[in-house]
Amino acid sequence: MLGAIWQKLKTGLARTRDLFTGVAGLFRLKGRVDEAFLAELEKRLLSADMGALVSRDLVAQVRQSFLDREITGDVEAHVRQHLRSLLGDDDRSFHLAESGPTVILIAGVNGSGKTTSIAKLANRFHKEGKKVLVAACDTFRAAAVEQLALWAQRTGVEIVKGQTGADPASVAHDACVKAQARGFDILIVDTAGRLHTQTHLMRELEKIQRILAKQIPGAPHEAIMILDATNGQNAIAQAQEFQKVNNSTGLIVTKLDGTAKGGSVFAIKQKLQLPVKLIGVGEGMDDLEPFDPDAFVAALFE
Amino acid sequence: MQLRPCKVAGKITKRKSWSEFPKWEGVPRFELFSGFMFESLQRTLGDAIKRLRGRGRLTEANIREALEDVRIALLDADVNHQVAQDFLERVTKKAVGQEVLRTLDPGEQILKILYDELVVLMGPVDASLPKPGKDRPGVIMLCGLQGQGKTTTAAKLALTALNKGRKPLLVGADLQRPAAMEQLRILGEQLNVPVHIEPGTYDERGNRTGGPNAVEVCKNGIKRAKELLRDLVILDTAGRLHVAEMPMEELRQIDRVVQPDHAYFVCDALTGQDAVNSAKAFNEALELNGVILTKMDGDARGGAALSVKEVTKVPIKFLGVGEKLDRLEEFRPEGLAQRILGQGDILSLVEKVSKVQAEIGEEERLRQQKKLEKGTFSLDDFRKQMEMLKKMGSAKDLLASMPGMGNVIPSGQDPDQSLRRIQGMIDAMTKAEKADPDLIDYNRRLRIAKGSGTKAEEVKQLLNQFEQARGLMKMFAGQSMFEKIKAMTSMGKMGAFAPGARIGSKGDTGHRKSPRERAMERKKKKK
Ligand SMILES: Nc1nc2c(ncn2[C@@H]2O[C@H](COP(=O)(O)OP(=O)(O)OP(=O)(O)O)[C@@H](O)[C@H]2O)c(=O)[nH]1
Ligand SMILES: Nc1nc2c(ncn2[C@@H]2O[C@H](COP(=O)(O)OP(=O)(O)OP(=O)(O)O)[C@@H](O)[C@H]2O)c(=O)[nH]1
Ligand SMILES: [Mg+2]
Ligand SMILES: [Mg+2]
Repeated sequence: MLGAIWQKLKTGLARTRDLFTGVAGLFRLKGRVDEAFLAELEKRLLSADMGALVSRDLVAQVRQSFLDREITGDVEAHVRQHLRSLLGDDDRSFHLAESGPTVILIAGVNGSGKTTSIAKLANRFHKEGKKVLVAACDTFRAAAVEQLALWAQRTGVEIVKGQTGADPASVAHDACVKAQARGFDILIVDTAGRLHTQTHLMRELEKIQRILAKQIPGAPHEAIMILDATNGQNAIAQAQEFQKVNNSTGLIVTKLDGTAKGGSVFAIKQKLQLPVKLIGVGEGMDDLEPFDPDAFVAALFE
Repeated sequence: MQLRPCKVAGKITKRKSWSEFPKWEGVPRFELFSGFMFESLQRTLGDAIKRLRGRGRLTEANIREALEDVRIALLDADVNHQVAQDFLERVTKKAVGQEVLRTLDPGEQILKILYDELVVLMGPVDASLPKPGKDRPGVIMLCGLQGQGKTTTAAKLALTALNKGRKPLLVGADLQRPAAMEQLRILGEQLNVPVHIEPGTYDERGNRTGGPNAVEVCKNGIKRAKELLRDLVILDTAGRLHVAEMPMEELRQIDRVVQPDHAYFVCDALTGQDAVNSAKAFNEALELNGVILTKMDGDARGGAALSVKEVTKVPIKFLGVGEKLDRLEEFRPEGLAQRILGQGDILSLVEKVSKVQAEIGEEERLRQQKKLEKGTFSLDDFRKQMEMLKKMGSAKDLLASMPGMGNVIPSGQDPDQSLRRIQGMIDAMTKAEKADPDLIDYNRRLRIAKGSGTKAEEVKQLLNQFEQARGLMKMFAGQSMFEKIKAMTSMGKMGAFAPGARIGSKGDTGHRKSPRERAMERKKKKK
């Protein structure tokens, strides 16, 4: 199973080998670790959106330990290990409520893949035999409700909708009531895309969160920020603000089936302790995979 | 990583427009956020650059030091690392040897050069929409990765077109994403713009089982637009990965079959390093005509725009600055340059620089005016003017601001190179010749050309230009710098400074004066 998953990721990466040269190629070079080598290493780390400071720090470490030494497997092992250690060993599972519905709140910037990720989650829980309800709290964007409704239909789960322009918090409220009354196991709440700088929209999100907490004890049990892997350094500010407002419990990184590497998660983990829980590797409802940090680092080396 | 305001240092004032980087009241300090290893290291790009102390010339060493910090700022703004490196190489070359303008420090001067260079790089602006052809409407196709804002932008473009008196029609060619057609239909309805969609049928897994394909939808959409007498069609396509073979082939097919007048790549401002790869692939598949940068209303610095621009070389046409349909702006390179550099006060710096330049120009003008009055403005002075131009940086924009220099450089030629040739010619003249150019006859022209590696023709041309510059300078001697520039540039456009050998022939009288006639006139003027 896991093999197939990563195969998909890898083929996505392999196709672009002419566009992007991973970190690994570098270690196959002959010679000594010199400034040119280090500059090249930095470049490849930067290409993965690791950010200037993370890259620079790692390069500095390699310089300190390996300058003028032969390029061997040791250098590669060091880099791999360092990157791997940055990702930590978190509990990446979803916390389920001991009794009553488990509420999962999904938030993120515009177009990051919230609604699609909800379809994927719903599909997964549904297949596990859970009774799933989704709440269409994006009452703002055109056809957002229709989009989620279609996904609900395809995945065979139920949906609570409000009118376009309705107060999203009231939709969340209705969904909670329904989830409790009808004995749903999982309630997944879709929200409108919002940039973390839009304070009124962030306040709206806070309000949704408050309503959830009021209706169902312990809710939301998971507050997930959806991060588009093609995003660059702005991802860190996004994660910081959503965490502040939403007490995010983790990330789903989407669009990893493209050529972007999502390297900003290294800094996000370090700075905010926010783990990646799942990854999106396509537009279909089955294209959701657990986040495997070893494979993620390995993908950088592909 | 972000340069963000340090809470204790001051309060953030509300941003009035997207291009304005948040300003800080109080001590403007930044916290260099991200640094888990560099915990709250505090500094600013400005600070970094100001480390460059001491006055005088910009040297390779002091520039490189300053530019390393600029590089980090560019990377933080998501400019692709390779693009950033190439860009900084060019800036270094430009900056080395420049004399630092008084009252500026070298850091400020470098910042100004950076800013100018960024502005040039991200231009030119072109917010035009394709005109209707003889027998069909203008056609725009939008394309890009998933979730960038294509559908929203399609509707925004329709509104822009409406406001320009055009009659747009939207075509929903995204058969992929659930409710994509419905999304476009609703947006069209809000604008009262017709939308062509052909919903078709889907199975329970979301696979399309009936209805035309995307190519046919586009074709039918254009047919429909003709029937409805619409003069602009905007095709909204499905988001797709640049590495996905089939979807990219679908785009190429649409391109081949309906032949859109313009293909725009829609890219959001949040995009990171990978922007170069996707932009390159879309450009290779379609030959893009423009880029639209969305989600500029957040705090992303939008460095991806620079990457995309470098890879595609097509103009950035519009910026999306919000989810609402009226949130589309024409692109201005100045705003984005300012934002990428993350320097809220760059505009005041630009002002300061032009003020200094104007002052210097004014002093020089006064000096030269005196000379003119005394009849001693010589080729040496002419050369000095050009030397000043070069030192003051970005030759192109500065040329226009110097008396008599408006159109000395033929368009399409590298201004620096042209300046070098002109200086070479002047340097090859004797003292006497420089003081009294009328001495320069055919034989002397030959000698000067040989000495400077130019042609006798060019020497002659230069003398003509000098003659005109001298005339104009006298004419405008009493006016302010601004009036003078205005007068010069409009003169230039009229052909008084037309480049090439026909100088003078398109001028006022249409009569080319002989050297003797010119000498006579000059004597008259001197009196
Ligand atoms: N290739 C790829 N595309 C994805 C993935 N996840 C989502 N998408 C696509 O990204 C686009 C946006 O996805 P949505 O789920 O609508 O995003 P959203 O965050 O709900 O968007 P808003 O509600 O408008 O803010 C759609 O075209 C999705 O099909 C992924 O993992 N891989
Ligand atoms: N803040 C902000 N949001 C925007 C802007 N442009 C688009 N959006 C939002 O971004 C999200 C995605 O926009 P769409 O127009 O659906 O994107 P798309 O490229 O058509 O997406 P796909 O068809 O799935 O590939 C929506 O939530 C839009 O409201 C913008 O300029 N600023
Ligand atoms: Mg959504
Ligand atoms: Mg769309």
